[in-house]
Order: sequence, then C-alpha cells, then structure tokens
Amino acid sequence: MGTTRRTFVRASLATAATALLPISLHAQQAPPARRPIPSTGEEIPIVGLGSWITFNVGDDPLLRDECAAVIAAFFEAGSRMIDSSPMYGSSQPVIGYGLQKLGRPSALFSAEKVWTSSGASGPAQIEQSRRFWGVPKFDLVQVHNLLTWKPHLQTLFQMKAAGALRYVGITTSEGRRHDLLEQIMRSEPLDFVQFSYNVVDREAEARLLPLASERGIAVIVNRPFRQGELTDRLKRQKLPEWAAELGVSSWAQLMLKFILAHPAVTVAIPATTRVDHVRENLSAAAGPMPDLAMRQRIAAHVKAL
Amino acid sequence: MSEWWTYRAEDFLLFSPRVYWRMFELHNAALWPLHVVTLAAGLIVILLIARRPGSGARWLALILAILWIFVGWSFLWNRYATINWAAAYIAPAFAVEGVLLFIVSLRDGLAFNRRGPVGWTGYLILGFALAGQPLLAPLQVRGWTSSEVFGIAPDPTAMATLGVLLLARGRLLPLLLPIPALWCLLSGMTLQTMGEPQAWAPYAALVLAVAGWIWTIIRRGTGAIKENRT
Repeated sequence: MGTTRRTFVRASLATAATALLPISLHAQQAPPARRPIPSTGEEIPIVGLGSWITFNVGDDPLLRDECAAVIAAFFEAGSRMIDSSPMYGSSQPVIGYGLQKLGRPSALFSAEKVWTSSGASGPAQIEQSRRFWGVPKFDLVQVHNLLTWKPHLQTLFQMKAAGALRYVGITTSEGRRHDLLEQIMRSEPLDFVQFSYNVVDREAEARLLPLASERGIAVIVNRPFRQGELTDRLKRQKLPEWAAELGVSSWAQLMLKFILAHPAVTVAIPATTRVDHVRENLSAAAGPMPDLAMRQRIAAHVKAL
Repeated sequence: MSEWWTYRAEDFLLFSPRVYWRMFELHNAALWPLHVVTLAAGLIVILLIARRPGSGARWLALILAILWIFVGWSFLWNRYATINWAAAYIAPAFAVEGVLLFIVSLRDGLAFNRRGPVGWTGYLILGFALAGQPLLAPLQVRGWTSSEVFGIAPDPTAMATLGVLLLARGRLLPLLLPIPALWCLLSGMTLQTMGEPQAWAPYAALVLAVAGWIWTIIRRGTGAIKENRT
C-alpha cells in the first residue's frame, strides 16, 4: 500500500500527538500495533477486550468499578475494540457503566452480537443492547454462534445499508461448526468473522484463516488463552530464554504474540478482570512479532510442557 | 442447540466464583436482620414436626410456602438473574413450589409420623440445612458475610424442604419433591463447575433424600406383600 498525502498527514499528526503525551505514559508501554479492516481499510489496534464471564458482575458496585478501571486502562493503553453479547449476563450494562464513567471515549470500537433463536426478535435485541452500552450505534454486530444466522444476517445487512451499524460479522467458538462457517464466509459479504484460535487450538489455520485472507474478511480471535486454562497451566513453568527475543515477559504475552503474528488475524480479544493484565496484554501488541519459524517453536514448546 | 455433545458444563457457567459469593454477601447485607426471623421459622418447623406432627403440619407447609416464594422472588428473580439469565426461568419454579405448599397447607395434606432410619435422615438433612450450611462460608475462609441461610438463600431452603418431605406422608408428596430435588442437583452442578468443594452439600442432601424415598417405597412394597400372605 503506497503512502498517500492523507496517510502521511495522519501519521504526522499521530507522531505529533504521541510526542505530546506525558513521559510516564511513554515509559509504561508503546501503543499497540494496528491492522486494517479489509473491507474499509480502517485501522484498528490488534488487541481488543473480551467480556465473557469477566464483566458479568451484576449490580455489585465494587466489581462494577473494577470493570470500569479495566476499561479505563484499556483505552489509556491506546486500544479500541470491546466485544460483548446478550448471552454474557450483565456484561452489556457493566460495559455501559464503565463507558459512562469514562465520559464515553470516542476511541471506542463497539462489537456486539445478536443472540436469539427468533429472527424477528433480532432488531429489538440489538436495540436493547445499544441502550445498555449507551452508544448511538454499534460499529460491529455479529451473529452469535451462528444462531438463526440467515434471518439475522439479513437484518444486519439491512441495518448496515441504512447506516445503523458499520460492519457485519458472524461468530463461533471452540472449533464448533467450522464447515458451516466456511460456507457462510464464501457466500456472504461479511466484514468480520470471529472464532477461537490459540497456541494449542490451531484448526483455524487449515481453512478459516486462509479463507478470511482470500475473501478480505477481518478476523477476531476469541479464547486466546482458552478461557484462562492455558495461562493457569503454564504459570508454574519457566518462560523460555529465547522468548526475550520478542520482548515478552509472560506466557500470556508470548501466546498473544503467537496469535497476532498470523497475517490473517486482525484483532485478538482476551478478557480479564485485572488492570495489570490489560496492560500486559496490550504490550504484546507492540514490539517484534514472531516469524513463522518462531511461531512453530512457540507452539512446539507449549505442546511439550 | 447444534452439536450439543461438544458442550461442557463450563460452557454454561456465565460468572466467576468471586462474583457468585459476592452476590450472597450483598444479598445478606440487604436483608439483615431478616435472617433471625427465617432461622426462627426453621426452628419452629422442627418443633412442629417433633411436638405437633398432626395439628402443626398445616402451619409448617404455610411457613415453607412463604419462604419458597420469598427466596424465588428476592434471590433468584432480583439478584441471581442479574448474572445468570437462566435464573429468571427458575424463579417461577420456586413460586410453583410455594403455591403447591399453600395448597397442601389449605388441604392439611401432610402428616408427620415417620420414624426409624428414614425419619432420622430427614432430621439430619433439616438440621444441616439450618445449622450446618451457614457454617460452610466461614469454614472455607469466605467469612460469615457470604453465608447461605435458610429462608434467605435457595440451597438451605431446598435442602430443608427435602428433609421435611422425607419426614412426611401424604398424597401430594410426589408433587412437592421434584422442584427441591432438581434445585439441589442444579446447584451441585453449578458449584462443582466452579470448582467449589461445597458442591457435596446439595448433592449429599439429594442422595440421602432419594435413598430415603427408595427405602420407604421398598418397605411399603414388602409390607404389602406380607399383608397379602397373612
């Protein structure tokens, strides 16, 4: 991609803005790398924020404030995409609470889902979700776990055409129904697709990731740590010395870099309840990324442990 | 749901253990000192069974009816449903159990004259629900504030009801058993999925109650055979 006058001006402004940031923030971490959404070219930071389980804290005021602190740290570190679903209990109102507390950050890239077995109920559910978030409209709405996908995709494409959302996507997780997902990716004009991919669950490498590249579909990766199972399993293991070549200091960062280095991946969305983990995750989005040989080395090492 | 066989219990757990136990802390703080009243109601239930097994049954069923409806509304509907949307579908089942107990109360449909091992098992479950279950929180270093108390939280309420029903006779008994039994199963599975050791409590209450009912049915069957032979 060549450098146009517009991208040059944007880059210059970004550099100038970065130079004006407080020194302490520079010292904390570099801004996350960005990748373009293929359907528009809009660039987005490559680490987002999931909300499965972590933001489902109900009406608990203490835990709501903790979630708001996580969201604050997420934006402070320079990221944008927050992902949720009506299936995630109270996560939507908790995100709305955090966003309101932060004064509705303009950087937000809101990624929601529609999750109902009735196609006719889809628009009402999306509207309810929008109210919970407190946003004028969603950037991205995805069909959750391919549930009633045909009528929901029709609704979402109509909403996109009417300007009521910007991007349309579809999701699955834990390796389910990849055949159907592949079929939909081939037949529908999707902007985004979301599925599970991590250092041990690598089925997506065979067909889904190459197909996403071929079709120009942005990829959101969920369950990068297998819902904490991988980080729990590896926390007693010593990080290999060669990991220092990538500038990582934790297993979470190493596993995230493994995912993010795949050229077809657009964003990974780890979920967390801790501010230090948000910063740690986002720092994996900066600095050197592993090449193919290093990715294979990471996968083999984790598999052997 | 497609490919249902690929789903595990963990896939249906929407919240973390910390959020779950904090929910009891907030619930207890909101309702204190109502716990004193509900525990007193539990003691009255035991006294009615032990001292007035005939005339007290009506009042006992009424007490349980009120507590089932209260727990379903205050805990499941207003609190648990905020982190688990499935609770909104379970709360009406608690209301149904309450209505059934009201009907039993109006018709004076229970009698408490069971003795022997089944009767003692009923007292054991009832006693644990009232006095043992609240101790599990401090014993597991969560502190008293997240204790589960009879008439306030669903587990001790359902377990106590299983104990009461094990001590009872009556034609409506088969209608009263399924909801507390299913709740104990569901709660045990939830706690087990969260990795909480106290999952044994609702499981044990359920297993003991089922064993008691099987024993009763077998005894009734052998009794009927003996009567036919004589």
